Amino acid sequence: MGKKIFEGIKVADFTWVGVGPITIKNLADHGATVVHIESHTHPDLLRMTTPFKDGIPGVDRSAFMADYNTNKYGISLDINTPKGVEIARELILWSDVVAESFSPRAMGKWGLDYESIRKVKPDIIYYSASQQGHGGPHSGYIGFGMMMASLSGYAHLTGWPDRDPAPPYGAYTDFISPFFGAAALVAALDHKRKTGVGQHLDLSQLECGLQLIAPVQMDYTLNGHEMKRDGNRDPRAAPHNAYPCRGEDSWCAIAVFTDEEWTSLCMVMGKPEWVRDPRFENLDARKVNEDELDRLIGEWTREREAQEVMESLQSMGVPAGVVLTAEGQFNDSQVRYRNFFRNLYHQVIGRHAYDGFSFELSRTPGSLTAAPTLGQHNEYVYKEILGMTDEEIGDLIAEGVITTEG
Amino acid sequence: MNLLPPLRVLDITRENGFLCGKMLADLGCDVLKIEEPGGDPGRLQGPFYQDTPNPDKSLYWWAFNANKRGITLNIEETEGRKIFLRLAEKADFVIESFTPGYLDDLGLGYRDLSKLNPGLVMTSITPFGQSGPYARYEATDLIGMAMGGIMYISGDADRPPVRVSYPQAWSHAALQAAMGTMNAYYYRESTGKGQHVDASMQLSVIWTQMNVTITWDISRMNTLRGGAVKTYSMVRDGKAMDVPVRYTWKCKDGHVNFVIIGAGPGVRVNQVLVEWMNSEGMGLELKDFDWTSQGFVPTDPETREMLERNIGEFFESHTVEELYEGAVAKRIWIAPIGTPAYQMVNPQLGARSFWQEVFDPDIGETVVYPGWPIRQSESPVGPPRRAPHVGEHNEEIYIGEMGLETGDLVRLQESGVI
Repeated sequence: MGKKIFEGIKVADFTWVGVGPITIKNLADHGATVVHIESHTHPDLLRMTTPFKDGIPGVDRSAFMADYNTNKYGISLDINTPKGVEIARELILWSDVVAESFSPRAMGKWGLDYESIRKVKPDIIYYSASQQGHGGPHSGYIGFGMMMASLSGYAHLTGWPDRDPAPPYGAYTDFISPFFGAAALVAALDHKRKTGVGQHLDLSQLECGLQLIAPVQMDYTLNGHEMKRDGNRDPRAAPHNAYPCRGEDSWCAIAVFTDEEWTSLCMVMGKPEWVRDPRFENLDARKVNEDELDRLIGEWTREREAQEVMESLQSMGVPAGVVLTAEGQFNDSQVRYRNFFRNLYHQVIGRHAYDGFSFELSRTPGSLTAAPTLGQHNEYVYKEILGMTDEEIGDLIAEGVITTEG
Repeated sequence: MNLLPPLRVLDITRENGFLCGKMLADLGCDVLKIEEPGGDPGRLQGPFYQDTPNPDKSLYWWAFNANKRGITLNIEETEGRKIFLRLAEKADFVIESFTPGYLDDLGLGYRDLSKLNPGLVMTSITPFGQSGPYARYEATDLIGMAMGGIMYISGDADRPPVRVSYPQAWSHAALQAAMGTMNAYYYRESTGKGQHVDASMQLSVIWTQMNVTITWDISRMNTLRGGAVKTYSMVRDGKAMDVPVRYTWKCKDGHVNFVIIGAGPGVRVNQVLVEWMNSEGMGLELKDFDWTSQGFVPTDPETREMLERNIGEFFESHTVEELYEGAVAKRIWIAPIGTPAYQMVNPQLGARSFWQEVFDPDIGETVVYPGWPIRQSESPVGPPRRAPHVGEHNEEIYIGEMGLETGDLVRLQESGVI
């Protein structure tokens, strides 16, 4: 195999939780040398977050933490000490990219903010991923993707019109922001390679969240409409819902946009008479009678396995898909075909599954190795990268600068 | 100076991949949106300007094709194919979202284009990827959200699983494809070698589920859905449990988002919140509560009920604005439920000059676009150019750049190629 995409690129990774680590993971998974800096006194929050190996909490037991930190070198360093800051600065001087996802004041407190760093390293690429960006009255706001999913509009736009707003599961904007960040970061590396110019990339998770719902925003500013959550309804389609299938909490999604798809659905259901039924004969009629339509389709799906519903409809060209559980995703034949989940050996957790690549690169596919335990690569990084002696390292451990326990 | 030079991008995606080319355009590329004569089907997706369905008035089109130029070309016609090959020979990127095999059958697949242009980066955005048992399946946004897992865990427990009410799945695919495209480009600039980026909508949506897939692998638990109250599935003290975690809380004049997190910075946040409550004579029951005892989320039902009751009462006695102002000042994670109306007066977005106002002479009105979400100190992204009309840049490209005669253009138009 040839060389990896980012071979030779060096990253000092101060990020934590979701957005920062996932952004930097892209560089790491494709060949960059990434040193992830944490400490036992302030470990990444995900280290305290489930799932844990055997259900027992512990800094090195969270598989969630592991998932977002593949291919990284891990060191433990307390940057709340003067010597810790000094070592962090050395790592920054070694690096091409500095990445951090603290709230905007933090790096400045240590004298490690972009303005300070560019004075000693003018071509640095400095990636900051914060909740609401640097500058502005809410810049200091702290929080997670759950809060930004609500603030950017996904709570308003998800769920049922007669119920309280509720965002999609989890920290939704944490899975939008990193990909904007990663695209810009790679472009910035290319820009620096060609022009010698580095820069600060200041990403706002709130602003990333707003990108995917831009038309909703424009519908308000231009038309005065406030689009709102509407279950699974879509103005251009009916039926368009998740339908109950045989088994407990088992569902198949069906989306019919055209009369042709509607005809095919009726044929598969063995109800050819519904094609010309005035209640359902065209989209307008189906929209008017959508509750009844949903009820009737649900009667048909209820008697069948979700997989069977999907396959029979897809064979006739009707968009349909099983509403997959987590288990269902691991067993899904397409997900397996793509070799998405990768089993990797982690020092403490052992062999377990990691989320893999959503895209395949034909020439340089990328590869995954397990995430480090906290401080796993102290020796390599402090000796080989920073050129310290065993004695210096021993002193730093004794002083608690290189941490070994919380 | 833009992050990227004006690299030529041929964007032949249909409604399911627009965002990828839009991102390249925002980064500085010269993106040509190539539509079939008569217009791209994506122009039929609403909402529409003044609620009038019209191929030039789709706000979906406007939002995700801004900063691109537009030409029409029928690649199913022999002459159209030839023109496409001429364009592809000199292009840096081709982005497409056709059913796998469609372009190969036309002699325009990656194999054909890469022979002509070995440095080409070609990105394919499809529901399930280029091959595999479901590669030819039909998929829409709803199907993507279903098969990517996010739907099963979203929505209320007593009702069917839900998607986000405005389509997302294709955007996730296009976004992650853009990252892959930039990776391939970086490699091309090192080696001269292009490659094929094969993106899957299903797998892109799988990436949005936080720790749900990993929880299945480690704990053999399927996370269940919840609306205002989510379910965290976990094992604690050897016991598998589905812990309700409240995301949406009622307050005096609406709702806010808050999550009780007992670990890491959550300990300080909760203490500060309790001090705030206590200072107003509320939540006194929590005065000396030991937050470090709770783990990531409180799992004991009685404790949780007590915490939620106290915090809930406090929230219900305050307005959204009071709570958010306090949250910003005290650095705790309470957030309003953003609505389109709120975003326009959100002072943070204003202060960061997020909104980009562009006067559109066609409608005689200023259109407000979301700006690029990253401030790039040396490569700022300016206001976008409005999305192209059908065939708007045909002359510019076909005559101005490719050297066709006006007569050729007329002939190609009459024969339905352009």
